Amino acid sequence: MTSSTESGAGAGGGGAVALSPAEAACLRVLAGHMIPPSAAYGVPGADDAAIFADMMTTVGRDREALSRTLARVDEAAGGRLSALPRATQAVLIARLRAAEPGLFAVVEAVVSRAYYRDDRVLRSLGLEPRPPFPKGYAVEEGDWSLLDPVRDRGPIHRDAG
Amino acid sequence: MNRAKKNDPVDVLIIGAGASGAAVAWSLAETRMRIVCLEQGDWPDSSRYPSTGRDFEARQFEDYAISPNRRGSAADYPVNDDASPIKVANFNGVGGGTVLYAGHFPRMHPSDFRVRSLEGVADDWPIDYGTLEPFYALNDKMMGVASLEGDPAYPPKGAVMPPLPLGRTGEKMGRAMNVLGWHWWPSDCAITSREYEGRAPCINLGHCGHGCAQGAKASTDITYWQEALRNRVELRTRCRVSRIETDDDRMATGVWYFDADGQEVFQPAEIVVMACNGIGTPRILLNSASERFPDGLANSSGQVGRNLMFHPYALARGRFDELLDGFRGSRVFMWSMEFYETDPARGFLRGYCYQFTRGYGPVVTAVNGMADGVVPWGEGHHEAYRRLFDRQAGLVSICEDLPEEINRVTLDPQLKDGNGIPAPKIDYRLGDNTKKMLDHSLARGVDILKAAGAQDIVTRSPLPYAGWHLMGTARMGTDPRRSVVNEWGRAHDVRNLFIVDGSVFVTSGGVNPTSTIQAIALYVADRIKARLHDLFD
Repeated sequence: MTSSTESGAGAGGGGAVALSPAEAACLRVLAGHMIPPSAAYGVPGADDAAIFADMMTTVGRDREALSRTLARVDEAAGGRLSALPRATQAVLIARLRAAEPGLFAVVEAVVSRAYYRDDRVLRSLGLEPRPPFPKGYAVEEGDWSLLDPVRDRGPIHRDAG
Repeated sequence: MNRAKKNDPVDVLIIGAGASGAAVAWSLAETRMRIVCLEQGDWPDSSRYPSTGRDFEARQFEDYAISPNRRGSAADYPVNDDASPIKVANFNGVGGGTVLYAGHFPRMHPSDFRVRSLEGVADDWPIDYGTLEPFYALNDKMMGVASLEGDPAYPPKGAVMPPLPLGRTGEKMGRAMNVLGWHWWPSDCAITSREYEGRAPCINLGHCGHGCAQGAKASTDITYWQEALRNRVELRTRCRVSRIETDDDRMATGVWYFDADGQEVFQPAEIVVMACNGIGTPRILLNSASERFPDGLANSSGQVGRNLMFHPYALARGRFDELLDGFRGSRVFMWSMEFYETDPARGFLRGYCYQFTRGYGPVVTAVNGMADGVVPWGEGHHEAYRRLFDRQAGLVSICEDLPEEINRVTLDPQLKDGNGIPAPKIDYRLGDNTKKMLDHSLARGVDILKAAGAQDIVTRSPLPYAGWHLMGTARMGTDPRRSVVNEWGRAHDVRNLFIVDGSVFVTSGGVNPTSTIQAIALYVADRIKARLHDLFD
């Protein structure tokens, strides 16, 4: 049982294929609406140039599902989401998200994978930008005396006779 | 395709190098028989595991994704699980599912082997807890299991090494369980808490479920296989078995497989041992249909592929005010068996265990937070995210799945793997008993989280991508009309064919099955060794 057990990220294999310019433009608009920059936290938005360039490398096996969603969004925009004024984009995105809650799951996955590994973002969260291995992390041992009441209750396993 | 070639005969041919194949290979090695194992995947390379890279969370959904359909690598065969609310998870390579499992290592309970006698449903196993107890203990040593003696939910059992840390999460949840007066205990984990047999201790990478780069988690590529290879077992990787051949005496004569170059090869063998999991084993048996065995090999009972059990999971998690462990630390560390045994007042038979969970990495926190509706898009995203990150904890319930013949594995009429071998098709639906159990486990799970002080509690049931536990599709029994293998793993219909994986489970229990799968593999190997001179009688 792992974290990916829950989201699974759908089915469908296949290698990474670059998004078309139109798809990339649509995704970048969505990324900017999803995670805007924050001066308070000192972080860029998800449409930041470096983050978006990284995002293009992490589409991976979600390429097909992502393309379907982006096509659906551009279609709802009457051609190109990126061609609409920002306020109109926001209204359209909100309407689509309300009508089809699952539609943007793949966009959220692709955007989050790039945004939440950016050095600036990780530092703002108090994290050292590094892979888990080989340094690992510290975890407190915990208070083992908390088990005393469990012991006091005695055996609970069933006699199978 | 090239013309088929034929290898020199071997004494024992094992199909699959995962949890059970490794254990049976190691155990049989002492006989000095010539043993060959065929594995369709390759050796895992721990230097490529996701936790070695900055993109560790993204990579868990790529080459180390738990779904074979998503991975789609050369080692994988596709699975048509469209007709199942629970999707198959596995890993094809040396180590099998142990490469990607979380290492939760509970034994089944004594009552699990007596479900018919105790509850009047399903069937009793032809063996009991006492039969497997010495093999559980041996397996704990071979895998290197961290645990704490004295769990009141089990008969007494020893500990190989101290348990993994509770952490802040364990303390938080343990206090809540004490308030409720409910059982909890540090989990038996196949993860080293200290140096053990050349393996380094856990350093809390938090990424157990996608390959342990530290080598602290016990996958069989670094445990049993190292010993088995030193004892001269031969392991051939990238060799995919298509079918088992038989002769007029209704004995297996060997197996056909495709090697790494796509060459079809016949490997003669005196004994064939299947260790391909609860999907792979019935797939090969059904693909081995012949004039002698028109319904599939070892299938005179009609039970091959039937009674598929998954362990449906439900999940509850919440947000806390204080910082917890986040994604750091082993994914598994603490369980509860409070609702494991039948209580008629609950309205369902049998029960479930809880497996408590820590938080998530930065990416998965965002993905889950948005999916759960607790992290918005746009204005407010950052503030909500920071309320969530490193402050989540929860639990999953692992529900006993009763065997039902309609839940089954068959061969897909169209779908095939890279070698043209028909792929498995899954037809599975949740039984009424299971649905009630899932609902109960969610309600009590919410009680636990509330007692712990959680807010923004989120529930999911059943988890779709949680088909890890593949059981029941070639079940064990003394009656050849109702079972596929006998009480020591030998096929009723083919006297030199053995099955040692989760297929032989009669019932599923309500715990992760790897410990029991390996104990059964060691037990069957022990029976083979004890009967070598009259094995086929």
